[in-house]
Order: sequence, then structure tokens, then C-alpha cells
Amino acid sequence: MVSFIIRRLISAVLVLFAISVMVFLIFFATPGVDPAARIAGRSASPAVVAAVRASFGLNRPLPIRYLLMMEHLFIKRDLTSYVNPNTPVIPQILRAAPVTLSLVLGAALIWLLIGVLGGVVAAANRGKFIDPLIMFVGIAAVSVPAYWLGEVVNYFTQSRFHSSVFSWVPSSGYVSITTSPVQWALHLVFPWLTLAALYAGIYARVLRAELVNALNEDYVRTARAKGLSERRILVRHALRCSLVALVSLFGLDFGALIGGAALLTEVVMGLPGIGQLTYNALQSLDLPVIMGCVMYAAFFVVFANAVVDVLYALLDPRVRVA
Amino acid sequence: MAALGVVLFVVTACLLAPVYAHDLAHVDAFTSNLNGTIRLNGRTVSVLQANTQGLGFGVTPIGPTWHFTNYFLGADNQGRDVFARLLYGGRATLLIGSTSAIICCLVATVLGLAAGYFGGVIDWVVSRVFDIVWAFPIYLLAISLSVILLTSGLNIGPLHIGAGSLLLPILIIAMVFVPYVGRPLRGIVLSLKEREFVQAAIGSGASDWHIITKEILPNVAPTIIVFLPLMVAFNMLTESALSFLSIGVQPPNASWGTIINDGLGLLYTRPWVAIAPGIGIVLTAGALNVLGDGVRDAFDPKARLRGSI
Amino acid sequence: MPDDPTSTEAVLSVRDLKVSFATRQGELRAVDGLSFDVGSKEVLGIVGESGSGKSVAMYSMLGLVRDSNVTISGSVKFEGREILGLGDKEMQSVRGGDVGMIFQDPMTALTPVYTVGWQIVEQIRAHTDLTKAQAKARAVELLGEVGIPNPQRRAGQFPHEFSGGMRQRVVIAMALSCNPRLLIADEPTTALDVTTQAQILDLMEKLQQSYGSSIVIITHDMGVIAEMADRVVVMYAGRPAEIGPELEVVRFPRHPYTWGLLGAVPRVDSKNTRLVTIPGVSVSPLDVPDGCAFAPRCEHRMAICDERPALLGDGEHVDACWLSDAQRVAIRSGSKTSGGRP
Repeated sequence: MVSFIIRRLISAVLVLFAISVMVFLIFFATPGVDPAARIAGRSASPAVVAAVRASFGLNRPLPIRYLLMMEHLFIKRDLTSYVNPNTPVIPQILRAAPVTLSLVLGAALIWLLIGVLGGVVAAANRGKFIDPLIMFVGIAAVSVPAYWLGEVVNYFTQSRFHSSVFSWVPSSGYVSITTSPVQWALHLVFPWLTLAALYAGIYARVLRAELVNALNEDYVRTARAKGLSERRILVRHALRCSLVALVSLFGLDFGALIGGAALLTEVVMGLPGIGQLTYNALQSLDLPVIMGCVMYAAFFVVFANAVVDVLYALLDPRVRVA
Repeated sequence: MAALGVVLFVVTACLLAPVYAHDLAHVDAFTSNLNGTIRLNGRTVSVLQANTQGLGFGVTPIGPTWHFTNYFLGADNQGRDVFARLLYGGRATLLIGSTSAIICCLVATVLGLAAGYFGGVIDWVVSRVFDIVWAFPIYLLAISLSVILLTSGLNIGPLHIGAGSLLLPILIIAMVFVPYVGRPLRGIVLSLKEREFVQAAIGSGASDWHIITKEILPNVAPTIIVFLPLMVAFNMLTESALSFLSIGVQPPNASWGTIINDGLGLLYTRPWVAIAPGIGIVLTAGALNVLGDGVRDAFDPKARLRGSI
Repeated sequence: MPDDPTSTEAVLSVRDLKVSFATRQGELRAVDGLSFDVGSKEVLGIVGESGSGKSVAMYSMLGLVRDSNVTISGSVKFEGREILGLGDKEMQSVRGGDVGMIFQDPMTALTPVYTVGWQIVEQIRAHTDLTKAQAKARAVELLGEVGIPNPQRRAGQFPHEFSGGMRQRVVIAMALSCNPRLLIADEPTTALDVTTQAQILDLMEKLQQSYGSSIVIITHDMGVIAEMADRVVVMYAGRPAEIGPELEVVRFPRHPYTWGLLGAVPRVDSKNTRLVTIPGVSVSPLDVPDGCAFAPRCEHRMAICDERPALLGDGEHVDACWLSDAQRVAIRSGSKTSGGRP
């Protein structure tokens, strides 16, 4: 098990390296794109562009440039926003991280709960009315653009019914949990639900498919032949084996969301997280910030994937020996 | 079947956008119409009305008239007919969604076949690229590519694609989804290669080209066909998200995503501007997902797909 | 076949069992009128090609066929009590408690994420009042009985850490864990290599004697029948073709299908080195002929074979075929005659 974890960590570092190279290539080596002009902004003077070229070593070979960039990002950690030259990127990211973490953690709890419940109920009632109903709701949830759902929710909670049913909903924004846990939760209730809707739909559908497959496995027949109750077969055998697939999915999604894929929800709901930071940087084409955010995101995704693989090994004993 | 009906209906309606704009509503969906007026219930009403609430600054576009040929869903803050823009936007969204899905499936098929069939170095390289792109959050990858490409366009040798071209979002979206189709295809090709009929073809000295096109491709085709409607739905959603972030479709072109973005500022006064294109997306993507499920069941009741983006 | 339909000695008594599935192509008759008894401590072999309905018959009587399109009729009595149509709760106490099951593929029959000890304990605890510790001790004891070395340590291992033969021993230990009166073994050796097959069959014989259970063994292998069975049911296309004591069926087979089955077994002592196969393919269960199901493949078919033959014969040994005794003797001694059963 220990050697498994070590091997997994080494491969995570390798993937991280590969991603950093890819990010670097996208931003600094896309054919026909002058990175200095990108960093300097849309309407910079030739002198400014030349200055940027020098400070980022853009006239030096690619590998050197890569190393310079990584030094700015991780060692000196002095990469500064190009729009606000006095704001270093890394502390900005660290400030935004707890907001994103609060949003994603809460939403994950909700979608796991609803998704697992929906999938199990649908699989247990195959062929009955409730199964296609749950699956239809799942499809609808998967087909709704998250940002649009956020806007519609805002419209109803902040405007349309704000004076009646939703008078308790605070205006959008974020309150730190250390300031006031109640306000923290109140501000996040609808962002949580909005973000969770899509994933609850996906998870219910994936879990149902996995469960239906598991229920056709030989070991389920053995469990029936052992005289176990249908409920026990569903939960202790079929669900337990299907969880392996769900956990790997969860790792990918959770990592991606922490890394900034919750961007749309954050923007629409006015939460100053990593996604919002990326979005604002996008609006002003603030390349150092965008690159910082993307690297940070990649780090979380890779880290989450590594954690998932270890969890996977804990859940599925067959993986441990491999 | 109902799902196919919904998809066909939306596609037809969007294709008829110019007919609606020119011949029914007599509006131009792409130029602003700040001082325009319309006849409504025998009265002349301006499309943008001065605010009466608050400080009285600014203007508010008129809301839905619910007269089919006369600013059916109202105007946006440029005074343009929202319904006409909705139809044109749908054209862009559907075009990008479907062409990027086709390109994505084509590239994925070529890579998956090459990696699965030839193995060795090709397989190693393709699989590692898939792994890395897979580990990259889709939206962030698409955003990174968009940011770089949308300001200056793409220039590779003689190939030049302008920054405002719809081709850019199409290519970007197609590329980021390639591993999602390519990975399972590679697996299928790998297992097909071990099957008797392919081994027999190899043993009888058939050329690689013959084996790939005549033996393997026909057996991979159903999987690709199953992926296609789902990919169109995913890609539509991705397109609208990128456009919403103003790094997808560029003005003066419109897509459902850009219209929702336009409607953001009007959300509390004229919610239909943002709500209507969203309904279009939900309806179309939902129908495509149902259709994808149906196609999958028709081909192979036991097929398993990765059910998420 | 005994005439008395409610033989009190029989552990399992099946009468006119019919299992059919409603499919898009029409009614699929998987089992069509199967009757047999299993006596106390008896080993009954059910033999037939794949698709002959032998497994479906056993699964359906225990409620293990979960298809919503299935129709099951007839009567199945376990120790005199009707079990067909029992509610879920009562059926659960029969399965695993009174009746143990062994499956074909030991590689997939165990849940991969639990230790084998855990899985045996789970079954014991479902049917008895033993405490966790007692059940655990019993599980280790069972693993020792089925010949797994170092059972204490092996109980804490996962199924993938066992070889195929060892896994089948685990499945057998599980099936025996609640001292079942009846053991149903569905192709227990098919997925194993030849030496392991013999070991598993020996183990089952040994345990059958010490536990005193009756056994129904389902197989397509006449060799397994010869080794294990006291009596044999030969099934074809969901119907019984021939039923009788093992020695009689193997030495004096009556039904042309059984002739084919026995001819298809390679024999070391045979001078004829060529394997005899049954011509044609097994009939599709979607369109079983109204008459004799085997007629389309039968070398000796006659006009009357369009009518369904009854199971007839002398005493214990019966079969469903229109051929007369004289014709059979003639055919077996090499010449062909024509005409129906007198």
C-alpha cells in the first residue's frame, strides 16, 4: 500500500509537470501569437511590449523561458498582475481559495446525497414508474447550463419573490465562516443548490447504470442464493461495488471544481472565489493571473486524482496488488 | 421519438431565422435600434423607454409583447428584437455544437484507431496526450485556448483563421473533448484487435488499411454514432458557457450564450432576454441527451458510456 | 418416475414445471413440463446441452430468475412444502438456509470487495443466531473442511487472492455453511482445469457423505454424471428426454438424444477414435416444435414424431420417444427399421 502511494505520487508530479508545460506552450508558444503583446494588453505601445519581452525573457529559448516562468510562479512567487502591477498573483489566489472550497464542499455534499439516493431508488425500482421519472429529471438537470440556472435562481430569489417567499435570502456575496457561520451558510444555500443540480443529475444517472450492471453480476446471484434480503444485496453488495466507479468520477469533478470549474456559478452568484478571479482576469486579459489560476487548478485536479486513486485502492482490494 | 421531434423542430426554427427576421418581423437582429419604434395596439411605442423609476437615468427595453411578429419577446438593451436574435443565436450554437462534435469524433476516431491498432510508440504518445488533456479541467483548457486565440486569431503557416470567425470556438471545443471519445474508442479497438476475425485478416496478410477500414471501422461505428448526439449536447453547453464568458462567439455574431450574457444586466427588469435562450439550450440539450440514450439502447442495451462531461 | 406425486421421502419434488419468458419475438419456453424427485441423500444429475433449460429450471424454482417477463407454473415441493410462489421473506430462509448453491464460474461468484471470511459469516448470520465471533469460527472451520490450507489466515483474504479451484472451495464452504438439506451445483467444474475438476468432485462426494445433503448437479458433461450421480435427468429444449438411474441411462440409454450425448463423450476404452457428434444445432427455445423437440435433429424421426411423446418406460427408467423397443434394439445393433411404437 505504501509503495502504491509513493508510485502514485511520483506519477502525479510527472502529470503536473506535463500540464505546466502544456499551459506554458498554450500561453507562450501558440503559433502566430505574440505573447508579449498578450501580456502587455490590447493597446500597448511598442515600448511597453519590448519591456515585457525583456522581463519575461521572451527573446530567449523556450526551455529557459519555461524555467523563468516556473521560478516566478513557484519559487519567487512574485508573479504580478499585469493590470494592477502591485498585486502579486499568488496571495490573491490563496485569498480566493476558501470561497471556492466552501462552495464546492457544500455542493458536493448535496449532490452526493441526492445523486446516490436518486440512483439507488431508480435502480431498485427498475421498470416501475419512478425509475424513468428520476432518469428524466436527471437528464433535465444535466442539460441545464449552470450559469443560466444561477441567473434564474437569482431572478426568483433576489427579485421576483424576494419580497415574499425568499425574503430571508441575503443579497449575493460571501461572508467568511469565521465571521458568521449562519451568514456563511445563508449566502451559500442557493449557490450550493445551483452547482449541485447538474452533478446530482449526472451522479444519479451514472450510479443507476452502474447499479443495474452490478445487479446482473454473478456475485449478486450468489448473494441472493445466500438468502440475503434484497435491500442488503442492493446496499452491501451492488452499491458497495458501484461506489468504486462513483469515487473516481467524484475525484475528477471535485478536483476540477476546486480548480476553478465552478467559475460560472461563482460569477453568476457573485462569489469572489478562484473562478471569479479567473473570470475577471479574462475580462482584462490579465495573462499572469490567468496562468496562475490555471496552474493552481491543474495542481488541485492532479492532487484530487491522486487521492482518488488511493481511495480507489482502499475501496477495491483488487487494485492494491496491481 | 419525441426527442427527435424536439431537435428537428428547434433546428428548423433556427434555420428559418432569416425568414422570420426579414419577412415576418421586419427587423435586423444585428444592428442596434436605439431610436426605433413599433406599432403596438394602435399606439406607437419606442423600443427603448426612458427609466421612470429610481433616478430616471438610462433606458429600459420593452418587454415581451407576445405578438408573434412584433417583438415577441421584447427587445434587448440595443433595441434589437430578442426573438429574432434567439433564432439567429440558435443557429450559431447548433452549428458550433454539431460541427465541433463531428470534428471531435473524427479526430478521436483517427487517434483512437491509430493508437489501438498500431500500438507501440504511437499508442504511448496518444495515450499520454489523452491522459494530460483528461486531467485538465475542460473549461479551463477551453478558456486558456480561447483567451490566446480570440484576440489575434490562429496563424499556422499559410492557415489563417480570423479572431471573429466561428471556426475558432468550433476547433477549440472539438479539441478539448477529443480524449472523452478517443479513450473509450482506443479500448474498443484494442479488444477488437484480439478478436478472431481481425486476427484472421492479419494472418491472411491483409493490408493495415484494409483491416482498419473493412474490419475494425464498421465495428467501431456504432460507438461513434452513440457518442455523437451526446457530444453535440456537451459541446452546445460548452459553447454557450464560453460565449457567456465572452470568449466564445464574438460580436456581431450571436449565440444563446452571448444572448444570456446580454440579458444579465436586464435580469431584474426584463428577465425574458436571459431566460428564453436558456430554455432553448435546456430543450435542445435535453432532447439530444434523450436521443443519445435511445440510440445507445438501440445499438447495444448493455453499452456503458461515461455519463458526464 | 414415481407415480405417487407427493412422495414423502423426496427432499425436492418437482411437478410439471414450466418457465417461459415473454420476448419481442414471442413466447420463449425455457422449461416445458419438467417433473422429477430428489430423494434423501440422493445425487441427481441433470444433463443437457447449454440452452436446454437445466439451469433456468433450478434458478426459477428458487426465485432467482428476476425477469419481470417470466411466467413460472407447476409445483415445487421442498420437504413436502410448496415453495413456488413463496413471498420474498420466506424464500430467503429457504435459499442459503435449506438449499445451498454452487455456481459455474467461481471467478465471478464472490463479491470482489469483501474477504471470503466476511462473505461466509454474512450468510451464517443471515440464517442463524450465532454471534459474530461464533460465525467467524464456523467460517474458518468450514474453510478447513473444504481443504483450504491455513484457513485462519485465508479467511481474511479477498477472492482475487485465491486460484479458481480454491475459490470454488470457498463457494462450496459457503453453500454448506448452514447445513442445507439440498445442494444445487450448477456446472461446478466447467470453469476449472481438469485436475482441479476431479478434486472438486471428490470433495463434493466426501462432503455429501459427511453432511448428508441431497445434491442436484447440473452439467453438460456425462463424465461428471458417471462420477457423481445416482439418477439422471436428460433434458432437451426445456423438456425431459430421459430419466433413470445413472447406471441404466449410461449403459442402456433409450432416447436417441442420449445416444448422441453419450457418443459425444470421448472414451479412453473406445476403439473408435473418432468423436461422434450430434448432427444439427440445438433447437431455438423460441420455436420448439409441438411434437418431439428432438425430431428435427433425429436420424430416426418418423411421421408420428409430430406428436409430442409422453415419458414412458419400465419402472424407474423412462424416456420420451416414439421408437418401439424392437426398433431401438435394431438401431443399436446397427440396422434401421421403420414404424412407430406399438
